[in-house]
Amino acid sequence: MSKEKEIKLGTQMSYWERNRLSHGYLLRKSIRKWAISIFRAVLLFGLCFLIVQPLLNKLSVSFMEERDLYDSTIISIPRHFTTANYKLVTELIEYWKALINTTWVSLLSSILQIISCTMIGYGFARYKFPFKNFLFACVMLTIIIPPQTIMSSLYLHFQFFDFVDFFGIFKMITGKNITSVSLIGNGVAYFMLAATGMALRSGLYIFMLRQYFRGVPKELEEAAYVDGCGKIRTFIQIMLPDARPMLTSVFLFSLVWQWTDNFYSTLFFRKITLLTDHLGTIPEKLLQRSGTNTPPATAYGQMMTATGMLITIAPLLILYLFAQKGFVESLSQTGIKM
Amino acid sequence: MAENNAAPESVQVVNVPNTKRRGSSMAKRNAIAGFLWTLPFTIGFIAFMLIPMFESAYMAFSKVTIDIQNHSYVKEWIGLKNFDYILNVDPNYKRTLLESLGNMGLQIVAVLIFSYFVAFLLNQEFKGRAFVRAVFFLPVILSSGILLNLDTNNSLLKGMTELIKESNNAASRITGVLEDVLASGNGRLSDLMQTIFDLVNSVYDIAIASGIQIIIFLSGLQTIPNSMYEASKMEGCTGWESFWKITFPMTSSLIIVNVVYSIIDFCTRSDNGVMSMVKAQMLQRMDYGLTSAMAWLYFACIAAIVGLVTFIISKWVYYYE
Repeated sequence: MSKEKEIKLGTQMSYWERNRLSHGYLLRKSIRKWAISIFRAVLLFGLCFLIVQPLLNKLSVSFMEERDLYDSTIISIPRHFTTANYKLVTELIEYWKALINTTWVSLLSSILQIISCTMIGYGFARYKFPFKNFLFACVMLTIIIPPQTIMSSLYLHFQFFDFVDFFGIFKMITGKNITSVSLIGNGVAYFMLAATGMALRSGLYIFMLRQYFRGVPKELEEAAYVDGCGKIRTFIQIMLPDARPMLTSVFLFSLVWQWTDNFYSTLFFRKITLLTDHLGTIPEKLLQRSGTNTPPATAYGQMMTATGMLITIAPLLILYLFAQKGFVESLSQTGIKM
Repeated sequence: MAENNAAPESVQVVNVPNTKRRGSSMAKRNAIAGFLWTLPFTIGFIAFMLIPMFESAYMAFSKVTIDIQNHSYVKEWIGLKNFDYILNVDPNYKRTLLESLGNMGLQIVAVLIFSYFVAFLLNQEFKGRAFVRAVFFLPVILSSGILLNLDTNNSLLKGMTELIKESNNAASRITGVLEDVLASGNGRLSDLMQTIFDLVNSVYDIAIASGIQIIIFLSGLQTIPNSMYEASKMEGCTGWESFWKITFPMTSSLIIVNVVYSIIDFCTRSDNGVMSMVKAQMLQRMDYGLTSAMAWLYFACIAAIVGLVTFIISKWVYYYE
């Protein structure tokens, strides 16, 4: 009897035969497996739809004419297809000018940010020096403190900035300036913040990069040192090439968050037109344009805002489409731990 | 005694002078290099964080007037008057603060559960996983900065979402009836049910707020060695058991990271009530003393909450070394 079974197991058996031999266990198990994967598929599809839906809604609204908004038979497919919204919004927020400005501002600040954060993160990961833990606690502090807390004094600090008295100690004691330059409008202030690891979410990037460099085996550098490679050369030739995926993802994050940021840009980039500048005031702009006192209908203004948002994030969406792996995969492999 | 002690020491120094000096100089060089690598941060922290912090703390207790002729500003110490004004005169601040802190509590619990669940799902093998991951991560990009603020204020798009939701009549009727039955009546249970339904209805807000948290949990789940699950399976562990005995303890240290991250993220979002209030006050009224006081009071609340929560959670976190 048992011999017969063994022979059968060795040869190809049908599913039902195997099921009978396992007393129904196989069937139960595969039903469960299928049920779970169907349940998971439905759930994930629903959640994905939920997340993508606002984007699709914006897309469909942006092609509608105003009368389509008030037609209750139209939900998401426009009856009077038009691209006039895009033309109008492009004019209102000075799109092309703002796009170029936003591009160079975001690129420059993310490059500065990534250079400074990589250096700082590497220093924290690899070298032992006095007050290191204290200094790293300061990094954590910059993450926790909302920038709004120090914003007013930072604003005033840059409004009357003093290159001689860089830290502002003299000013704090005597209340007087030696020299004074306003760095507020043109963004120099923000680039200084980016270069010193103090800009938007820099603390987070320092933390991420430190975690990454800590995970790299030390033997790599030791081998380089033994071969007579200097500290800086080791960093540039040995560490950086390996860190490329991580650097890419930090760079992408910083670029994207800088692109949509509105907090720092209203404070430090007043003289430069950025994409996020007029996005919030499109209804007011419409009113100005019409030249009358009657404000445009709320729905109309919001339709324009939706269109504006869509063209603002369009470059980011394209970037995400191509560099999606850089965002997600490298970050999830870092193993962020405390 | 002292002479006796000194003698062997000096002998030791004579015996191994070379190695000792070398060792210390290597450490010293490394220390200097470390300082140099982190120098940008030190400069930035002192110039753009520490000093402004002291200054804004000082401003919170003073009246600031701008002196345009001298290109400078004058601070006049007025003690606790700013705080007195905020807490006793300003009609909005206290209400906004309490409201946003209350919302925070609920939202963070929901975000944690949601992101843990999604990370758990996304860690499994199935077709189209990369695509689903990409979609779940989309909100990190698309609802950052000003976009979030504009999205929440846009009633047109909200109406559209409602319309689409209602057009699935059968489904919404069933859930509607269920909601009525469970949340009807009064008492603690139905209140709880109502809260849960509200959270479920705002699942979009939760989903878009949990992009980074999903990634953090996902990275934690990926570091759990597969051999652990295999061993537990051999011992006859069910999936449910292995979740609570392996997965959950192994990722518990990430819960702290995520709680802290969520609190900070929630508190510094641009659509946060207190934040937008502080910014509006600063740009419109130009009353820097008052806004500093507002921001400091807010920060004190956040710091207290972060400290308390970290303390409580760290009691039962399991560290696998």
